[in-house]
Amino acid sequence: MNLPIIETRYLSKRYLLDHQAQEAPRTFRDVMVQGSQTITNTLLRPGRRRRLPSAQEEFWALKDISFDIQPGQRVGIIGRNGAGKSTLLKILSRITEPTQGSIAIRGRVASLLEVGTGFHPELTGRENIFLNGAILGMGQEEIRRKFDEIVAFAEVDRFLDTPVKRYSSGMYVRLAFAVAAHLEPEVLIVDEVLAVGDMAFQEKCLGKMQDVAGEGRTVLFVSHNMGVIETLCDRCILLDRGMVKADGAPKDMTELYISQSRQMVAEGFEHQTHKPFTFLNAALCNTQGDNISWVDEGQSACLHLSFRLNQPLKGAEIGIQAHPQNSQDVLFATALSDCLPAAATELAAGDYTAQLTLPGTLLRPGIYYFSLFAHIPHHEWLDHREHALRLTVKSCGLTDPRKYVLEKCGHVRLEGDWDLRQPDAQVDRVQAQPLVAQAQR
Amino acid sequence: MGHPSPELIITAGRAQRQYWQDVWRYRELFYFLAWRDILVRYKQTAIGIIWALLRPFLTMVVFTVVFGKIAQLPSDGVPYPILVFTGMLPWQFFANALSECSNSLITNSNLISKVYFPRLIVPTSAVIVSLVDFFISGFILLGLMVAYSFVPSWRIITLPFFIAIAFAAAMGAGLLLATLNVKYRDFRYVVPFILQFGLYISPVGFSSTVVPEQWRWLYSLNPMVGVIDGFRWAILGGESSLYLPGFLLSVGLVVFLLWFGIRYFRAYERTFADVI
Repeated sequence: MNLPIIETRYLSKRYLLDHQAQEAPRTFRDVMVQGSQTITNTLLRPGRRRRLPSAQEEFWALKDISFDIQPGQRVGIIGRNGAGKSTLLKILSRITEPTQGSIAIRGRVASLLEVGTGFHPELTGRENIFLNGAILGMGQEEIRRKFDEIVAFAEVDRFLDTPVKRYSSGMYVRLAFAVAAHLEPEVLIVDEVLAVGDMAFQEKCLGKMQDVAGEGRTVLFVSHNMGVIETLCDRCILLDRGMVKADGAPKDMTELYISQSRQMVAEGFEHQTHKPFTFLNAALCNTQGDNISWVDEGQSACLHLSFRLNQPLKGAEIGIQAHPQNSQDVLFATALSDCLPAAATELAAGDYTAQLTLPGTLLRPGIYYFSLFAHIPHHEWLDHREHALRLTVKSCGLTDPRKYVLEKCGHVRLEGDWDLRQPDAQVDRVQAQPLVAQAQR
Repeated sequence: MGHPSPELIITAGRAQRQYWQDVWRYRELFYFLAWRDILVRYKQTAIGIIWALLRPFLTMVVFTVVFGKIAQLPSDGVPYPILVFTGMLPWQFFANALSECSNSLITNSNLISKVYFPRLIVPTSAVIVSLVDFFISGFILLGLMVAYSFVPSWRIITLPFFIAIAFAAAMGAGLLLATLNVKYRDFRYVVPFILQFGLYISPVGFSSTVVPEQWRWLYSLNPMVGVIDGFRWAILGGESSLYLPGFLLSVGLVVFLLWFGIRYFRAYERTFADVI
C-alpha cells in the first residue's frame, strides 16, 4: 500500500473573465439576434464548449500542476494572493472541476475552506452542530457521538439553545471550527481559517490540527503564516502564478517565498518622473549591509530607503509605519523629521538615501510589515507604499514549537526598569507574595 | 461512514461515475437541509405552523365563493369546497415546490461554493420541504370531509401514485429552472409569472369537465392537469372520471420533464461553483 493518497497530473483550471465588449451592438435588433443565438446555443448544447466570444478573456488560475502526496504527509501550500492556492484546494475537495488534467484520491476527504459554512443564524447552537456536521459529511450517529466533545472544545455549553445570530463573533467561530475539527477524514484540507478568533483560540485550533496530523492523517494546509507552516508541516509546496514553483522542506520554501515577495516589491518601484516625489527603493539589511528578510531575535536590522524629489518640497514628512502580521494596526511610525528637523523644513530636488536602524532589542519574534509614506501633513499625499517590506524576527532557543503563537507577550520589547522590593516590615508576607508572582510573569 | 473509500478519479470534462453512490452516502443531508428550512421558516413567528394551514384555507374559501357561488360552475356532485381543495392541494404543492426549488441553488450559494456534496440534494430538499407543507394542509381536507360527511372510496389508496407524479413534475421543472437560475437570474422573475399564469390554466378552482371534450388532449399538455384530475379521481370517487388519453399524455410529459431536468442539471452541475 505505497500508493500516494493524492495524485495530480497536469491539473489546470481556466476561468473566463468577462470584459465590457469593445464595440457596442449597433441596433436593438443586433442585440436580440445575438442574445437569442446565445440562449439557443446554451439550451441546446449544455455541456459543450462554446466558441469564445471576443469579450471574454482566458485566465489560467492553475497550469499543469502535478504532485503526489503520500499518506500521513502534512503539506503546506504557500504563495502570493492569486497564486492559485484556493483554486487548488477547491479542485481537490471537488467543489469545482479542473479544466484539464486528472486527480486520483484514495481516501475520504473533508475540507474546511471557510469557517461556519452552512451555519444558519436563526438556528440554535445545538441545531447548527447537527446541520453543519451533516453538510461536512458526518453521519447523524457520528455527530451524536462527538457532540459533547464539540461543545466542550467550543466552550459554548451555556448558549447551546440560543440562536447563533445572538452569538458573539468569537463564539460563532469557535463553534464552527469545533465541528469541523472533529471530522475524521483520511485527508483534511484546510484553507487559511486560523486567521480568525483570538490568540488563545488560534493556539487551541493549531494544537488540534497537530493532533490530527499526529494521528497519521494527511493534511493539506494553506496559510500566509510562515511560522505555522514551518511547525505544522513536513513538506511545503510553493505556488506562483498557477504553477508549482518549488516543493520541499517547509523551512526552505518559506525562505524562498519571503525573498521572492520582497524582490517583487522592489520590482514595483517604477520611476515616475511626473510626480514631485517618488520612492525609488527600499530594502532591509543586516549590519554588514547584506540584504535580508529575517533576523534572529535580538539582532538589529537596517532599513534603507531611497527616494527622488523632482522639485523642492517644504514640510514633507517621509517615513515608515510598522504593522504586525494579520493586522492593519500601526505598531509604530517614524519619520525622518523625528530626528532631523531640517528634513521637514525644506528639501532640494534630487535623489536621497535614508537609513533607519531597528535596534535588536525592539521587536519580539514574529512577522512585521513596513509601509513607506511621504506626505505634507494636512495638505497632500506624495507617495505611499503599503506593506513594501517584510521582516521575520525568528525566535532562537525555541523549545515549545507552539511558542510563536504566544503573542500575548506583545510585539515590542520594553526596555523598562523593574523595581522589586519588599515593602516595610509591617506588611506581612502573605500580602506581598502575589505581587512577586505577578512581577515574574 | 467509517468504511474505506474507494479510489476516486477526477478527470477534466468527465462526469464522475460515483455520483449516485455519493448521493446515497450523503442521504442524511436531504433530511438535514429540509429540516433546516422547516425549522427556520417558523422561527420568530407568533402562530408558527398554523400559517401552513391558514393560507390554503383562505384561498379555498375565496375560490369556492368566486367559482362555485358567483360563476356557478359544476361541481361533479361533490361539495364545492372539497372539489376546490382536491385541486388546490396538489397545485399549491407544485407551486411552492417549483418556486423553492428554482431558487434553492441561489439561496444556498455559500454552501455550493465552499463544500462538496452532490448538488442534486439542494433542490430535492426544497421539494421535500414543500411535501411536508402538503401533508400539513392535507389535514384541512380531512376536516372538510368530516364537516361534509364525505366518505372517499377505495380509490384513495392510489393517491401516493399521484403525489409521486406531482413530485416528479415539480422536480423536473424545478431542476431545469434552478440550473438556468444559476447563470441567468432572469428566471427568478419568470417563475412567479409561470405560477400565476398556471393557477388559472390548471383546473384548480373548477373541474376540468368544463373544458370541451375535443380540446381535452390539448389541455392535458399542462402536466398539472393530469395530476389534479388524478387527485380528484382518487379522492372524490364515483362521480369524477379520469380522461385516460389526456392523463397518459400528462404522465408521459412529466416523465420526460424529470429525465430532461436531471440530465440538464447534471450537465451544468460541475460549473455551479464557478458561475454562481
